[in-house]
Amino acid sequence: MAKRRADTRNGVGDRALHHELLRTMLLQRRFEERCAEAYAVGKIGGFCHLYIGQEATGTGAISVLRDDDYVIGTYRDHAQAIARGIAPRAIMAELFGRIDGCSGGKGGSMHLFSREHNFLGGHGIVGGNIPLATGVAFAIKYRGGDQVCLCFFGEAAVNIGSFHESLNMAGLWKLPVIYVIENNRYGMGTALERASAINDIAERARAYDMPRSVVDGQDVLAVRQAVGEAVQRARTECVPTLIEARTYRFMGHSMSDAAAGTYRSKAELDEQLKRDPIALLRSRMQDKGEITDAEVTALDAEVRAQCEDAWQFADQSPEPPLEALYEDVLVDTTSDPELAPVAAGVPPTVAPIAAA
Amino acid sequence: MIVTYRDALNQALREEMERDDRVFLMGEEVAVYQGAYKVSKGLLSEFGEMRVVDTPITELGFAGVGVGAAMVGLRPVIEFMSWNFALLALDQVVNSAAKMLYMSGGQYPIPMVFRGPSGAALQLAAQHSQAWESWLAHIPGLKVVTPGTPADAKGLLKSAIRDDNPVVVLEGEMLYNTKGDVPEGDHLVPLGAAELKREGDHCSIITNGKMILVALQVADQLASEGIRVDVLDLRTVRPLDVPAITASVRKTNRAVVLEEGWEMAGIGAQIVDTIQRECFDDLDAPVLRVHQADTPMPYAKNLERAAKPDAAKTIAAVKKVMYVAN
Ligand SMILES: Cc1ncc(C[n+]2csc(CCOP(=O)(O)OP(=O)(O)O)c2C)c(N)n1
Ligand SMILES: [Mg+2]
Repeated sequence: MAKRRADTRNGVGDRALHHELLRTMLLQRRFEERCAEAYAVGKIGGFCHLYIGQEATGTGAISVLRDDDYVIGTYRDHAQAIARGIAPRAIMAELFGRIDGCSGGKGGSMHLFSREHNFLGGHGIVGGNIPLATGVAFAIKYRGGDQVCLCFFGEAAVNIGSFHESLNMAGLWKLPVIYVIENNRYGMGTALERASAINDIAERARAYDMPRSVVDGQDVLAVRQAVGEAVQRARTECVPTLIEARTYRFMGHSMSDAAAGTYRSKAELDEQLKRDPIALLRSRMQDKGEITDAEVTALDAEVRAQCEDAWQFADQSPEPPLEALYEDVLVDTTSDPELAPVAAGVPPTVAPIAAA
Repeated sequence: MIVTYRDALNQALREEMERDDRVFLMGEEVAVYQGAYKVSKGLLSEFGEMRVVDTPITELGFAGVGVGAAMVGLRPVIEFMSWNFALLALDQVVNSAAKMLYMSGGQYPIPMVFRGPSGAALQLAAQHSQAWESWLAHIPGLKVVTPGTPADAKGLLKSAIRDDNPVVVLEGEMLYNTKGDVPEGDHLVPLGAAELKREGDHCSIITNGKMILVALQVADQLASEGIRVDVLDLRTVRPLDVPAITASVRKTNRAVVLEEGWEMAGIGAQIVDTIQRECFDDLDAPVLRVHQADTPMPYAKNLERAAKPDAAKTIAAVKKVMYVAN
């Protein structure tokens, strides 16, 4: 997918790029539709938070990264994992709690990880990943590298202390981190206006002397553009950015929450459904003659087949062996620094840890 | 070489930072101020501000910065001015550092150290006097060490920095000025190994951290009365050195567990549990515990004295398990 390119130029007009973005978002959508189905029949357990409706935000943002950049997210992490290139098979197997899952079946929906993809996890504590992203950016600067760390969290997380603590340090120390607020207007059932003293939450960046932007989170190209600029700034000037992507989730907060009826009305949801990020990109491409109806149908069939394959794979993957229960609590080595010396402020390679 | 506990920690930091460029020190007042307790004296001028980093007062934030840096291969040493302030950082210590390896299915080890003084000093009252071993030893995914002497301070901190897991080092304000012999050279104390600090055959005193000083005082006093005690310094409270505990109790057949913190769900309860399981047939008396009174720490001198575990309370417990009059 588009993450493989280092290209951060404005991609508008790039037919191949648009196809890739559309493909990724469609894959995310179909994948999560299957997640809902799997949840209903008990193949997925625990908490399961879907990203349906928000695909353009994660996809656009991740599409501007290089392979050696880092991504860290929340419990709402399936779509980011897909955008980062983690195989749907490995993600579905994780959701099913199987050995071939990207976290070996020990993380589940909220804790997808892939070292191979510099995907530093889904994290289940609201705000918990924000200091981590800041530390990753600190490490990049420590080594003198030019990577960046992209950090996702919801609009409700701006009210927790770790947000303030982290952005203050990132602004103070000028760290190469991009904080992307996925503003879907609600933290569970609490509307933004009922939780934050200011409604323009990107304005909070002012307190940290940090560049900020507000972007239409349903427009994948706009997100790409905004995050692209921030990434460039982080890479070349070591400056952090706070981006507020205004989006909307089409489903309930998690599988146990109805899509509408209590804290938000059916009418509001219906209005938002008119701005489906996938439909928006598709019609834009159709208007420009970049894709035909037949191609859309074929693409949909292709990603549906990929999701079916992921389901079958996950279903056949074994449960972790019982010995796995006691594995990975601690690393049982002491690494020898002589194996991987790294000088402070020297090239951007990540030294392997002996046990990793 | 005779050095203070403070200088022993300083040597450990300096040597490990010289040895490995991935090691850095971060915390409040560690750089320009040279450390609230001067543990990091001289390190800023030697290693520069990228490796000796002053933070804002932001415990949760910089604990998490450490974990994030460790995820991508650095080896942070995070200093808490006091573990009492680390309560604010506990989410990152427990939910991030301790669980990352497990929930990532083994992909992200967290090679880092959280360190600082724990427990009571003198008349610091309720919010600045809390012993932390029981809280932290509860958490799978952490190692918890409690050096009580300068030699152990140096050796355990060096081992902690080299360990690929998150290691918590609980020091003591009352320990920083204490002096002791520290072996020359690359002195390492393995994590998870207790040490018999005094040998005797009448009763075992099992303890850790700054309580070691109390236990040694008790041992001296009892020796003058003809009672010979084993003083077992656990040094690491997670993982526990179970063979060392059982070996001592099998020899003496009696035990007193001395801990700095509160009784309820304290680390001493875990040790007593170990003893009753492993040494049931060896015991000649119930195992007793000496601990802090079940109250917040008071300020007034007399009340504070009454609240803290001390030599007199420990001696009374030893005599009780030996069925001799106090
Ligand atoms: C510290 C903490 N408090 C509460 C929760 C329970 N919780 C999980 S998600 C959530 C809402 C978060 O909303 P937001 O940050 O906007 O993200 P969204 O779910 O909308 O993506 C809450 C309250 C939690 N996981 N962590
Ligand atoms: Mg939200």
